[in-house]
Amino acid sequence: MNKPLPEDPMMRDLIKMARRHQMTRRAALAGAGATAATLALAACAPGGSTGEALTPAADLSDSEKTLIWHNWSLYMDEDDNGKYPTLEKFTAQTGIEVEYKIEIDDNDSYFSKVQKQLAKGQDIGADVACPTEWMAARWVNLGYTQQFDLANIPNHKNLAPAYNNPAYDPDRSRAIPYQGILAGITYNKAEYKKATGKDSPTSLEDLWDPALKGRVGVLSEMRDTIGLILLANGIDITSESSLTEDAFMNAIDFFAGKVADGQISKIKGNSYSEDLENGDTIAAIAWSGDTVQLNLSAETEKYGFFIPESGTTISADCFVTPMGATHKRNVEELINYYYDPKVAAELAAWVNYVTPVVGAQEEAVKIDPALAENQLIFPSEDFMKNAHGFRSLTGEESVKFSKAFQDVMLGA
Amino acid sequence: MAFAAFSHGGGGAKQAAPASKGNGRVALLLLLPGLLYLAIFFIAPLFSLIATSLQTMDISSGFPVYNYGFEVANYVNVVSQYGPQIFRSFFYALIATVAALIISYPLAYFIGVKARRWPLMQGLMLTLVIAPFFISFLLRTFAWKQIFSNESWIVGALQSIGFLTPDQYLVGTPFMVIFGLTYNFIPFMTLPLYTTLERLDVRYLEAGADLYANPRKTFMKVTLPLSMPGIVSGTLLTFIPIAGDYVNASGLFLGSTETSMLGNVVESKFLKSYEYPTASALSVILMGAILLLVTLYVRKSGTDDLL
Repeated sequence: MNKPLPEDPMMRDLIKMARRHQMTRRAALAGAGATAATLALAACAPGGSTGEALTPAADLSDSEKTLIWHNWSLYMDEDDNGKYPTLEKFTAQTGIEVEYKIEIDDNDSYFSKVQKQLAKGQDIGADVACPTEWMAARWVNLGYTQQFDLANIPNHKNLAPAYNNPAYDPDRSRAIPYQGILAGITYNKAEYKKATGKDSPTSLEDLWDPALKGRVGVLSEMRDTIGLILLANGIDITSESSLTEDAFMNAIDFFAGKVADGQISKIKGNSYSEDLENGDTIAAIAWSGDTVQLNLSAETEKYGFFIPESGTTISADCFVTPMGATHKRNVEELINYYYDPKVAAELAAWVNYVTPVVGAQEEAVKIDPALAENQLIFPSEDFMKNAHGFRSLTGEESVKFSKAFQDVMLGA
Repeated sequence: MAFAAFSHGGGGAKQAAPASKGNGRVALLLLLPGLLYLAIFFIAPLFSLIATSLQTMDISSGFPVYNYGFEVANYVNVVSQYGPQIFRSFFYALIATVAALIISYPLAYFIGVKARRWPLMQGLMLTLVIAPFFISFLLRTFAWKQIFSNESWIVGALQSIGFLTPDQYLVGTPFMVIFGLTYNFIPFMTLPLYTTLERLDVRYLEAGADLYANPRKTFMKVTLPLSMPGIVSGTLLTFIPIAGDYVNASGLFLGSTETSMLGNVVESKFLKSYEYPTASALSVILMGAILLLVTLYVRKSGTDDLL
């Protein structure tokens, strides 16, 4: 922590922010420890409190060659027999049995399910889970996660630079990206042309075309939907000085207006793809990988994906190991395995999200040259220049912003 | 209490012979498991709910931490901010209950009175009323969403005859939500109505006719009062769950941002924005309002039999 700050102003900001997070956490601990009564009360508060700093559970990896992995649906290569080829190869190579469980449906609901055990440093039934970056950041900031020994993950060097140095985990030793996710606009090519007369949208503004009234969908993920609107408003969502509460609330007002006047008809999570498929929406703010899946199931290039020039949000689902997990060393082997470009390419060919592993594209060419050219899986540098990560929010901001966003969805 | 309305015939307890002293102790002993159950599974959570609804929020640690306090302002904030949603819940519940009653009464009458001569058909019809329950509540509701989706022929037809304008759709409207609520809770209305009407003595109707009452008057003076226990328990069994329902009005099913009910606000506060005190305060308000309305309703409509 005593290293001098780097020259690059953005990096400086990020590192300063990371330090501030640690400071507030320490201050909070001191405060909480002040009276036993506060601590006792805080411990039973459902909101979760930090209490005492947690210590990692003893690592049993040497004697137990197993690990349990909690992940999202459709997020692992799967053959016709319902088996996971890359995981089977991992077991063959290392002797570590992986119990792969599809447990995460939504960041918030998953968090509320495991939060009590996390806060006490107990085992949540998973040695590794993959929440989305902002949620992973919350886990890390609250001290719920173990630190990986990067020496055990030599392939860590393959992490794409775009994911380096997040504010909450500067050396990526606690939250390591599994897959990257870009948000943009997915549109039904034929219907879009019919409604607006244009071939494809050219900016976020095009979603507000009166011709599309009632046929526009957005994601219920605040950071993606509001993030895109903020970027269109010229706000730099990575910076604390640009993305202020005022800027955020302006974007919320704009969003609420579009919902109230009926321009936006659907605000959905994972299920938004159904609306695109049954025609309820013509264009929607959506995740890149799903567009590939939609086209695969439509068996034609029915849907286009467009990234506004004003920018898009990039995020990642990250490997994190809770304090109570007892197989950290095995998890490190697992991460190392998925950071092998060859394996990453094999996985990307199936899940169709942005792989965070450098070198995977070269390996993908060997599997299928068309795959390697897919901008949504292997975005070019130009493509990535437009991608920004939503800055991490303080606790107060997080509650305020999320309430404002949820209230729009409730019509309140 | 209102709960008495659910038991038909009422007054059963009153008829029990006065117990001797020894019996009283045994009765108390037998009652104990029930009382313990109530204390553990009803009263304790209720206290916890009320305590949570009065919590204060502390955000200084970088993550919301709730401390026990006496923040009555939580209630004031909730009512002032989510008043429309609270009002909407009860309004939708009222309309859906009345609609369910209007649909269920003739149905229950037919099955319970007219179909008496054919027991097989009676059984079959009852099965048909319950049949939708063999399919998950969520799937049934979702199926309606598909049937009335924007691209469906029904919406197309309604638009072409000018019932809807070209940019008007059904899913997401209050009509659709009330439709879903009514549909989903109709069996709760039909079954209690059926059980009372099934025991209706048709000789009363003949007597009414013999005394020169027209069918309408017979219905108003004989059938309706005799089926009152079924109506009261049916309306309660539908109204109470409808007021707290959060599936039909959710944007994922038949609703939209315009139709959020109280249950949707509670869900969002508990699971999305972690405002536990707000969610708890709303739950307490919902419970209190239902208890009040139901008590008033049973007092007003109930005969001595019911209370």
